Amino acid sequence: MEGTSLQTGHADGITQRPQPAARCEGLVKRYPGADGGVVAVAGLDLEVRRGECFGLLGPNGAGKTTTVEILEGLTVPDEGLVEVLGRRWGTGHDREIRQQLGIQLQETQLADKLTVAETVRLFRSFYERGPSVDEVIALARLVDKRSARVGKLSGGQKQRLALACALASDPDLLFLDEPTTGLDPQARLHVWEVVEEFLGRGGTVVLTTHYMEEAARLCHRIAIIDHGRRIALGSPEELVAGLDAEQILEVRAVGPSENALAAARLAALPGVTGADAHESRGWMIRVRDVAAALPAVLAELDRSGARLEHLATHQATLEDVFVHLTGRGLRDE
Amino acid sequence: MSDQREQRAGRGGALHPLAELTRVRLLEFRREPEALFWVFVFPVLLAVALGIAFREKPPAPYQVGVTDPAVAERLADAEALEVEPVGLGEGLDALSRGRFDVVIEGGVGSEVPPGDGPPVRYHYDPMRPESRAGQLAADRALQRAFGRSDPVPTGLDPVVVAGSRYIDFLIPGIIGMNLMGSSLWGIGFSIVVARTRKLLKRFAATPMHRSHYLLSYVLSRLLFLVLEVAAVAGLGWWIFGVAIHGSLAAVLVVTVASALAFAGLGLFLAARPETIEAVSGWMNLVMLPQWLLSGSFFSYERFPEAVWPFIRALPLTATNDALRAVYRGEPLLAGIGPEVAILVAWGVVSLALAVRRFRWQ
Repeated sequence: MEGTSLQTGHADGITQRPQPAARCEGLVKRYPGADGGVVAVAGLDLEVRRGECFGLLGPNGAGKTTTVEILEGLTVPDEGLVEVLGRRWGTGHDREIRQQLGIQLQETQLADKLTVAETVRLFRSFYERGPSVDEVIALARLVDKRSARVGKLSGGQKQRLALACALASDPDLLFLDEPTTGLDPQARLHVWEVVEEFLGRGGTVVLTTHYMEEAARLCHRIAIIDHGRRIALGSPEELVAGLDAEQILEVRAVGPSENALAAARLAALPGVTGADAHESRGWMIRVRDVAAALPAVLAELDRSGARLEHLATHQATLEDVFVHLTGRGLRDE
Repeated sequence: MSDQREQRAGRGGALHPLAELTRVRLLEFRREPEALFWVFVFPVLLAVALGIAFREKPPAPYQVGVTDPAVAERLADAEALEVEPVGLGEGLDALSRGRFDVVIEGGVGSEVPPGDGPPVRYHYDPMRPESRAGQLAADRALQRAFGRSDPVPTGLDPVVVAGSRYIDFLIPGIIGMNLMGSSLWGIGFSIVVARTRKLLKRFAATPMHRSHYLLSYVLSRLLFLVLEVAAVAGLGWWIFGVAIHGSLAAVLVVTVASALAFAGLGLFLAARPETIEAVSGWMNLVMLPQWLLSGSFFSYERFPEAVWPFIRALPLTATNDALRAVYRGEPLLAGIGPEVAILVAWGVVSLALAVRRFRWQ
């Protein structure tokens, strides 16, 4: 840890860098199976700072859930170091760590026959401190569903109940594993608001998602994960800025000489900073100046003899960062 | 950040986790109408059906076929005989089918039958007890009808032994069977469903003591089983007059020991399976032999004596034997001590194994 003292900005004599909420180094997790099994996490380093919302963004099967479950102490890694709230799992402090965590797992189905209040009350009983049952229900915006059976709740309400169970501990660190997958936009917004309130109270969040809107809205910093590795890290703005483009020009062309289009030729056009060929979407051309780039791109298409099938532009997003880094979309199978 | 948040000690209105977990078990069970049916209604229906099938009937009269109308008339009012005039051939045919217990051929004052034998002959089947007894009863009635008087006056004094009816045997057996079934199904399904719904994993992610979760099943079973036993025993007494001659404390001791044994067994069977089908298979494997062997419907003493010790070591046998001892009113320790010890041993061993084997995800 060379240079740690450089990162402390305090004048009061503290020389230690503030302890991270969670960190891992060299994390590896393999699942045995046919053909040598699957490497779910392939050497991952992460550091989650206190008070931030840290996002793990990546497609399905990228190793996000495995990583989070290792941090949560539910899965034991094959290699690597894990520290959560300054302590390591399996060193006799597990129950103390769990007292300070809030966890929402992917796919947990709470008991249908219990009411919202009964469910929250059960989870609240596991923790030695925290808000009252009614306060937790209010935090998750479920007051009018207090006496409703879990089985009768909508998908969004169920997710907020899962969030309520995670908030029952008044956690220092909240883990959310795909909290809005399968929800409609309105329900997704409600979940985000609950998470933003928690962040507003000073809490730390680790969030996995494959929705770039979610990552862009909630996360202070994002690690983009693919095939169990971290392929980018930074704030959403930094990551998008890394594309060196304001706009993305989507071009799909067909024709006998489609292959005559080349990334190098496209990248050299005026106003264009780079281009990636994408299996299903055609060309994603990174553009700094649309007015200059568009006629040049069309002329280049003309020259190659390909017929234009689709043309669109959009503001550069995290999705484009992922496509640029991997050649695939976040939600491609 | 802690100054912005209200830090509060205590459980925020919730009770101790073990109490909350048990409370949730009770709530869930109460809201499952089907579970209530299988636990409370089904055993009572079963007892009623079997009780009716095997209810005590007054002794049936002997069926007597008579070829001579005069004899038939004389015997018409005879005690314990049901007399029917019949032709000989038809009568013998009915005798061979068991329709008649005895056929009286010939009569007084009629033509002497072929040969030199007596005028009245009894056709009966000496291999059938009711045929033999019917022949004796018919002869006595016939002799009396034609004037014989008994030289020694006698009286009848039928013996009625309390608790010797089949229903007296059946009710404790049904209670035992129900204790086993509801514990195993109730616990096995509930836990495997929680596992498939990833609820167990969610609990494992909390600081909850894992033993509290398992113990909540034992505690909720104890509460329910007391109610179950009370329901079946109460209805057995109300409908069939099957009374408990032992103390209620003894009933409670047996119920608690049995609940411990079967809850432990249920937790052990549910420790690993990931599907309902798998856990059902294991539970059937455990329950089926006990239904057959443990004397719920018929005494295991019909099996060879050599296997009795093994049968007695089964938890359902121990439950049934202990319940029957309590019903008969045998002294507490001598009557049910060994059975309760067997049940506690089953409970402790299976619980310990369940805790070690239990899979949370």
